[in-house]
Amino acid sequence: MNVNEIAEKCGFKIAAGDDALTRTVEGIYCCDLLSFAMGRAPEDFAWITVMGNMNSVAVASLTDVACIVLCDRVQPDEDMLKKAVQQDIAVLLSDKPAFDTGLLIHEAIS
Amino acid sequence: MTLHYIVPGDDFTRAGEASGDLKRKMKKLGFPSDVIRKVSIALYEGEINMVIHAYGGEITAEISSSEIDLTLADTGPGIPDIEKAMQDGYSTATEQVRNLGFGAGMGLPNMKKYTDEFQIESEVGVGTTVRMKVYNHS
Repeated sequence: MNVNEIAEKCGFKIAAGDDALTRTVEGIYCCDLLSFAMGRAPEDFAWITVMGNMNSVAVASLTDVACIVLCDRVQPDEDMLKKAVQQDIAVLLSDKPAFDTGLLIHEAIS
Repeated sequence: MTLHYIVPGDDFTRAGEASGDLKRKMKKLGFPSDVIRKVSIALYEGEINMVIHAYGGEITAEISSSEIDLTLADTGPGIPDIEKAMQDGYSTATEQVRNLGFGAGMGLPNMKKYTDEFQIESEVGVGTTVRMKVYNHS
């Protein structure tokens, strides 16, 4: 299932992402410490975090995750959105906490 | 091929530019994705360290078909106790830096973990130089 389909199915808002919306999501990774995520987020996974700043985009780009999902009503700051558009990283917004957000994605892709 | 990058100090907006650029170049050169990932992680951690602790610095990346050599040099405050700094979870980052998602004390350990050779030299008041190598197995 691709990022766009997940956004629709789970009721997430799309904050950024163009070509990146067609990327296939292979799994879910959840972490807010960037150094942890940097070393451990698997390629092509949806990365759930509350870190709505541009450094998350750098980590997403370097780890090649399929998308960033900001959970718990976190809003991305302007710099994050700019960088996400620049680097074509999809950013989705979820109203739910991390666990519930992950569960929704899990149900969508299973 | 030798590449040089300048990392500006205290500018989080530009941290990740060097690792992002090197990643794209290695992709074009056809390096295996696990080798690219190791180099990207190690270099990004290094860039962040330079921004957080050392008022910026300079990166030299030498790319050959057999290995990638990275040298990160700064003229920052230096590290008084390297052994301590290398411990998982040890961090001297400020609250503000932690709020951005850094300062988990994983920077140097990650750099060591994801490279095949890792050397660090530091002198208080003079600066820090990190040398890392990642072998290309293909």
